[in-house]
Amino acid sequence: MAKILMKGSEAIGEAAIKAGCLSYFAYPITPQSEIAEYLAKRLPKIGGTFLQAESEIAASQMVFGAAGTGVRVMTTSSSPGISLMSEAMSYIAGAELPAVFVNIVRGGPGLGGILPSQGDYFQATKGAGHGNFRFLVLAPANVQEFVDYMIKAFPLAEKYRNPVMLVGDGLIAQMMEPVDFDNVASTPQGDVESWATTGCKDRETNLINSLFLDPLKLEKFNDKLADKYNRMRDEEVVYEEYAMDDDPDVVMVAYGTTSRVVKTAIDEFRKEDKLKVGLIRPITLFPFPMDVLRNLSAKSHVKAFGVVEMSIGQMLEDVKWATLERKPVEFFSRKGGIVPNPDETKDFIKNIFKKIGA
Amino acid sequence: MKTIFKRPDSMTDMVTHYCPGCTHGTAHRMVAEVVDEMGIRERTVGIAPVGCSVLLYKYMDTDMHQAAHGRAPAVATGVKRVKPGLIVYSYQGDGDLASIGTAEIIHAANRGEKITVVFINNAIYGMTGGQMAPTTMPNQKTTTSPYGRDVNDVGYPMRMCEMLQTLRTPSYIARASLHDPLHSVQAKQALKKAFAYQNENKCFSFVELLSICPTNWGIPPVKSMDWLVERMLPYYPLGVFKTPEDEE
Ligand SMILES: Cc1ncc(C[n+]2csc(CCOP(=O)(O)OP(=O)(O)O)c2C)c(N)n1
Repeated sequence: MAKILMKGSEAIGEAAIKAGCLSYFAYPITPQSEIAEYLAKRLPKIGGTFLQAESEIAASQMVFGAAGTGVRVMTTSSSPGISLMSEAMSYIAGAELPAVFVNIVRGGPGLGGILPSQGDYFQATKGAGHGNFRFLVLAPANVQEFVDYMIKAFPLAEKYRNPVMLVGDGLIAQMMEPVDFDNVASTPQGDVESWATTGCKDRETNLINSLFLDPLKLEKFNDKLADKYNRMRDEEVVYEEYAMDDDPDVVMVAYGTTSRVVKTAIDEFRKEDKLKVGLIRPITLFPFPMDVLRNLSAKSHVKAFGVVEMSIGQMLEDVKWATLERKPVEFFSRKGGIVPNPDETKDFIKNIFKKIGA
Repeated sequence: MKTIFKRPDSMTDMVTHYCPGCTHGTAHRMVAEVVDEMGIRERTVGIAPVGCSVLLYKYMDTDMHQAAHGRAPAVATGVKRVKPGLIVYSYQGDGDLASIGTAEIIHAANRGEKITVVFINNAIYGMTGGQMAPTTMPNQKTTTSPYGRDVNDVGYPMRMCEMLQTLRTPSYIARASLHDPLHSVQAKQALKKAFAYQNENKCFSFVELLSICPTNWGIPPVKSMDWLVERMLPYYPLGVFKTPEDEE
């Protein structure tokens, strides 16, 4: 079949099916309603479950119910809808169930706007709901990568029995890009008999639950979750190094859409000005590529870091912590749905070079 | 020796945590008996609510799923939609179902989810210590309506059966009461009917059970039964409000 041109939203829907996820519950919201529209057409034809819920609260609680039975299940939404899902997210993490959430982030707070934003970084990586839990957060930067990580998201959710979130924005969801589904295959699901609520025939009863009335048991459970998140930190960090092999003076940090703009800027610098600038692009936002940035911050060739985000400075805090601010961490952002353009990004990088006198 | 009374197979051997006189235990047992009698224990998934009956999952010897406050119908929908061969029921109090979970119950009913809902109307929030519920009676004193429910200020008690009855989608909607043995027998018959409709994949089914909460009403158990009869029965008429066989 080779490459086909596909809109991001539809590719996300198709990728879920390819990943073996035949159950989908959602509520429409721009800029990703096309995912629901695509799956509304596809899933009934292949024996899957599509249901438009009455709200994101209900959609995510349906995901909770379905996940309890051990099937692959997902929902997709955009920022205001994700806020409503935070209740179910907490319960799903608390009941240790696998499930996949996609947030096509739009400008906020409140009703905000519908254009690309990265203003939900805190929510995704640190504040998805009440209580001690984390999402494993993936941030693909183009449609093909979104497809590839959709496929990986389900086995990751199952490996940790923890929700996984993919974040993108309207640019990825609305843009048409070439996608290749040829090398995309779902991984088999493990055994769910020991925990899933499928009816207790020929076995002990199973219980999906997040209530622990005994504080010692709840503490123990929290410790277990902490171990799980530490294991993610050890095993799941994924990032891309771009233009990093000649010991650059300045290391940029950007993810998703902004990383693409930064790459364009870097390419032009490398051609025209011979400025040595590279990029670390986190693909997992949690676990964050802490070690690579901390190591770089100790390297003598690195004079400064530059963070570009479509937020008022959310990932910035993680970069500052990762680098221990051993070197200056400069910040450039556009907000409200505006994607930084390559020229203003180049100006920002030029200014960093000016500041460090290189 | 002939066994004439025993614990239902669908219940665990546990002492419940309920207050003396509470009718949750009666309702639990009835659900378990119905599950036993229909031979569906091995394919039943019960959805426990948030409220006094949150620990339903400990008392039922079937697969169970504990839901968030008010969301049980959505969780039940998720389970049933992906595993249509299961028998799925939610068990919910009146704060859970008629207040925080109003949207979930109405839309599950309107979609005609093939689930069963057991709705315990005790006219109060039990678990949190006796606050006003949407079903609290006019002038009834609770901790958050200390001068009695003022219908001019907070409206009249909500009648869920009557509300759900208006939906066009076929369903089985019934109200029964647990205030004496005769009515309890009728309540169990309603439950059995509700589960049977689900088992035949016919429709959404909903049984409201008028119940008592002696502790939070501040009325001894036997007198609570009288209070139910005198105050609740006139406002919450018993009977079958809708069946899937009804003509439009
Ligand atoms: C989101 C949320 N809000 C509030 C609560 C606190 N809460 C627990 S039970 C309950 C009311 C339960 O009353 P009801 O549903 O009538 O059941 P009962 O206890 O009377 O059986 C409330 C408000 C909660 N657990 N979660």
